[in-house]
Amino acid sequence: MESTAPEIFSTIPLTHYILLSTTLFVVGLIGVMVRKNVIIVFMCIEIMLNASNLMLTATSAYYCNPGGQIMVFFTMAVAAAEVAVGLAIIVMIYKNLRTTNIDIFNKLKG
Amino acid sequence: MIDKVFYVLSAATIICASLVVISKHPIRSVLFLVATFFLISAHYVLMNAQFLALVNIVVYAGAIMVLFLFVIMFLNLNKDIEQQQGIVPWLAAIISAGSFLLITMAALNKTELLSASKPDYSIGLVENLGSILYKEYLLPMELSSVLFLIAMAGVVLLSRKEKIVAE
Repeated sequence: MESTAPEIFSTIPLTHYILLSTTLFVVGLIGVMVRKNVIIVFMCIEIMLNASNLMLTATSAYYCNPGGQIMVFFTMAVAAAEVAVGLAIIVMIYKNLRTTNIDIFNKLKG
Repeated sequence: MIDKVFYVLSAATIICASLVVISKHPIRSVLFLVATFFLISAHYVLMNAQFLALVNIVVYAGAIMVLFLFVIMFLNLNKDIEQQQGIVPWLAAIISAGSFLLITMAALNKTELLSASKPDYSIGLVENLGSILYKEYLLPMELSSVLFLIAMAGVVLLSRKEKIVAE
C-alpha cells in the first residue's frame, strides 16, 4: 500500500505548520484571558485543543508515524466528553446564578 | 500552486479564530468556530490525514457545535451582550500571549528538524489507522467508551432536579 508523497511535504516545511498551530493556540489563549462570557471562554478552549491537534497531525504526517494521529483521535474523544460535562455544569450554574459572567463564578460553594 | 492553497487556508483559519474571540454575539462566535473547524479539516486533507478530517467534521462541526448552539439558545443569551471592557485587559492578554509566541518562535529557530526515517505516506487513511487502532491501541479504545459512559452518567446526574432534603 505505498502511495506517493503529497506535494505539500516537499513545498511547505514543517516549521510553517508549527507556526500556524502556535498562532491558533495564542489566539485561543487571548480569548480565554480576555472574554467574560463563559461560553465563549469554552469555545476558545476548543480552539486551543484544535491547535494542538493540528500540530500533532502535522508532525505525525511529516514523520510518517501514526502515533500522533491516534493521539489526536483520543484527544477528540476526551474533548467531546469534556464539552458535554462542561456545558451541563454551565447550565446548572446559570440556573442558580442567572448569569454567564465568569467573574461571578468565583464562588464555587454551591 | 499548493503553497498558495496552504497560505490562503492558514490566513483564513487565523482570521476565523480571531473573529471567534472578537465577535460580541455568542451565536456569531459559534458560527465562526464551525468555519475554523472546517478549515482545520481542510488542512488535514492537505496532509493526507483523511480519517482525521472526517472525524474532525463529524465530532467537532457536528456534535460539539450542536451542543454549543443548543445551550446558547437554551440560555437565551442573544440579548445578553456583555458590557464593554477597556483596552487594558486586551493589551495585557496580547502582550503575555504574544511573548509565548515569541518564545516558541525562538525555540523553533534553534531547533533542527529531522527528516522522516521510513517514508510511508498512506498512514492517515482510514484503513491503516483503523487497523492500528484496533490492534495496538485496543485497550485505550475500549477505555474511551468507559469515559463516554461516565460522562453520560455525570451529565444526567448534573441536570437532575435536586430534591430539597428536609432537615
